[in-house]
Amino acid sequence: MSKRVVVDPITRIEGHLRIEAQMNGDRIESAWSSGTMVRGIEIILQGRDPRDPWAFAQRICGVCTLVHGLASIRAVENALDYKIPDNAVLIRNLMNGAQHIHDHVMHFYHLHALDWVDVVSALDADPKATAELAQSLSSWPKSSPGYFADMKKKLKGFVDGGQLGIFANAYWGHPAYKLPPEANLMAVSHYLEALSWQRDVARLHTIFGGKNPHPNFVVGGVPCAIDLNSDSAINAKRLAQVQDIITQMQTFVEQVYLPETLAIASFYKDWASRGEGLGNFLTYGDFPANGMQDPSGFMIPGGAILNRDLGTIHDIDMNAADEIQEYVSHSWYEYEAGKNAGLHPYAGETTLDYTGPEPPYEQLEVEEPYSWMESPRWRGHAMEVGPLARVLMLYASGHEQTRELVGMTLKKLDVPVDALFSTLGRTAARTLETKIIADAMQGWFDDLIANIKAGNTRTFNEVLWEPSSWPNKAQGVGFMEAPRGALAHWIVINNEKIENYQAVVPSTWNAGPRDATGQPGAYEAALADNHTLHDPKQPIEILRTIHSFDPCIACAVHITDPDGEELISVKAV
Amino acid sequence: MTAIKAESRRPADETLGEALRSHGISRRGFLKFCATTASLMALPPAMIPVVASALEKARRPSVIWLSFQECTGCTESLTRSHATTIESLIFDHISLDYHHTLQAASGTAAEAAREAAMRDNHGQYLLIVDGSIPLGNPGYSTIAGVSNLDMLRETAEGAAGIIAIGTCAAYGGLPHAAPNPTGAVSVSEIITDKPIVNVPGCPPIPVVITGVLTHFLTFGTLPELDSIGRPMAFYGQNIHDRCYRRSFYDRGLFAETFDDEGARKGWCLYKLGCKGPVTYNACATTKWNNGTSFPIESGHPCLGCSEPDFWDMGGFYRTLSMPTGHFSTALGYGVAIGAAAGLASALLGRSERDKARSAHEKVSVDDLDKGGSS
Repeated sequence: MSKRVVVDPITRIEGHLRIEAQMNGDRIESAWSSGTMVRGIEIILQGRDPRDPWAFAQRICGVCTLVHGLASIRAVENALDYKIPDNAVLIRNLMNGAQHIHDHVMHFYHLHALDWVDVVSALDADPKATAELAQSLSSWPKSSPGYFADMKKKLKGFVDGGQLGIFANAYWGHPAYKLPPEANLMAVSHYLEALSWQRDVARLHTIFGGKNPHPNFVVGGVPCAIDLNSDSAINAKRLAQVQDIITQMQTFVEQVYLPETLAIASFYKDWASRGEGLGNFLTYGDFPANGMQDPSGFMIPGGAILNRDLGTIHDIDMNAADEIQEYVSHSWYEYEAGKNAGLHPYAGETTLDYTGPEPPYEQLEVEEPYSWMESPRWRGHAMEVGPLARVLMLYASGHEQTRELVGMTLKKLDVPVDALFSTLGRTAARTLETKIIADAMQGWFDDLIANIKAGNTRTFNEVLWEPSSWPNKAQGVGFMEAPRGALAHWIVINNEKIENYQAVVPSTWNAGPRDATGQPGAYEAALADNHTLHDPKQPIEILRTIHSFDPCIACAVHITDPDGEELISVKAV
Repeated sequence: MTAIKAESRRPADETLGEALRSHGISRRGFLKFCATTASLMALPPAMIPVVASALEKARRPSVIWLSFQECTGCTESLTRSHATTIESLIFDHISLDYHHTLQAASGTAAEAAREAAMRDNHGQYLLIVDGSIPLGNPGYSTIAGVSNLDMLRETAEGAAGIIAIGTCAAYGGLPHAAPNPTGAVSVSEIITDKPIVNVPGCPPIPVVITGVLTHFLTFGTLPELDSIGRPMAFYGQNIHDRCYRRSFYDRGLFAETFDDEGARKGWCLYKLGCKGPVTYNACATTKWNNGTSFPIESGHPCLGCSEPDFWDMGGFYRTLSMPTGHFSTALGYGVAIGAAAGLASALLGRSERDKARSAHEKVSVDDLDKGGSS
């Protein structure tokens, strides 16, 4: 029997995502990923002051809340060959590192966990046994029987009250949930703890950027000055707060997030052999030691891995016209050269062209355009980006800590190295890289302190601040590793104004639709890899694999226009 | 399958007070929370028992949160609130029955939860919206195949009131910035027969979101609003008036770049483009993230993010100027920037100035200053 399963909205993500899956019996035969919301931010950026787009671009996404701001200022700095002070490099690393750690922990506990953790089952847990379980994993101080008894009582009161709120109508009791009640209670407790932890550690952004979400950036450095003798700059008190937050991050990652990921994963080893998808992985590289102009100093290297071949890392060129290209064959946009052309971002063009079914609709026409996302390709290959791509790149390039962590994980779970290429591998990789970044935070902070001790407190380079000092025409690319993967913004500056602005973002790589040759995107390929649905009305299996990518769909939908011409030509509706 | 579904809820009989006690929250802890709430809302201590009593009697009100053309920054901000915390809010104070980012259920089950909440709490639930609504084409933004416009209308119909969270829902925000490619509009441009509170900001300050909610939960009314729908308690003063750097403005001491003597010593950021003088928000008093800092304190000029059309105010680093003529929106945003402040202030009579201030139009600091007002 052939049947289409539709999941819309996919919840516990950023943005508006719809998944349609064609079933063959109880097995997913094909899947389609559709972004269902568009805003047109790149059109809005045309003609503006190039020092401003970071703030606009940052609002592409409020979850990975700083990444587009950072990519944007890097694009302008790349275009103008604008050097920034060492301290600004370090502070940006600290802010981006904090973003990864914050984002990954929240993703695991608040967006992904409920795919694996049955909240209602936690009511059957024995608090004493839960404490024993938690204590066997780490020395986290809250793991006492009393603590878990309180948590259970709170949860019971909530469920007995009959108003389940955000937990209503979920798939509790589904046979796909495998954790014993004690593991469920432990994870639900940490769901709540992580809510409290995250708002404390987000303050690192507030110290350097004035607020979170959406901290402030500035082209040419960072906006916060350093002055140990001022009550209104980064001083000893502020630095002590930053150190405290870094320690809080490391402690939670080491004692809660990492051991709990592995403990939960040990019950779901069947998910280590499904959900791979493409086998192609892409990173741009990030966390510079000496600024973005020196890729040899990146903590995470850039490169491409094809067909799982970790022995060969292909170089990438962000500026080469034949490497990164976007396709719109199955997207609601138009290209002048026709629907099947592939365009490099510098030469990109897009015209909104909604040809989908008129809302309200039941089903997409997947042979036609079916998404507001485009299909980016590297040398024609569909690529996966994100934590798994980064961990593989670090592993393939011989990063010692990564090799140890991956080895430990595979051994602990008793799974082969192939297990990395899966839904479970993707989720585990996110946790492992959080540990790597949390450790690196201390190094960046120590370097910042050393600079200040040596009398170097510069945070901003004013030389190219005034647009009148710029060349008439300039173009550049700002790239980075965002929590969800490789992110780049391309800018063309003409006569002190933005002539063209384009972003190719992680979730477009992962969530984009089929291209001109029918190659699926990473989500689509992953869902077609060995998924059976126990009950099509409760498609928890789809959620597990989709959430393993940590979708960020507002990011993924973007539109461009090189000429500033009329962009909207609505054919349908 | 465990039979816990929205449909099988117990009748609406458990009050918040009972719920709190069954969750092991002491009376003392509860009163402490009420005191914090009262202080956040600038209420005198005598009001604490009123707050407590109102909260205790309440069954957790149903809240439906719809996300349209948005970035989820407003939801993220909600989770950053230190008082009331998100976990306390959803466990103890509201029943958050539909919320894309947080709810466990997806797809049909998620939509069923929304429909059940609308049915069971018809006329009583609170609707929260973040994101703008595109009118250019219904296909520009859909959820479950339904256009944002249709979903907003359907869900607003049975709502007791609406809170438009963030500048996008309140005024159109980023999608509405020129040239507004998708025809994005605010909630109040579509829904005209319901009380609407605008809680703008990009995003709003975390405790402002929860503070407005708590006001509604406590008093069952919407707070007093300014001329563009914002609660006076949080948006009644402009940032410049409350800024700790104001004295440097008064003394003529300005940061000229981001790392000069003025920047290091915390002088006024007016010349770097600060929009504090024309921005009504609580950043300078409440601050962000448990009082840690706010944009100006961390060295960056205010972007003006709680004002309508702040994206089109002429550039974040352009020194604020002022309108040269009457205060139509177009003139305010288009002509104002780059006008000579001195000339303009000479043209501006006091009555026009007051009119502009009361309507929260753009007036230069020089002008406010010369009028002797603070």
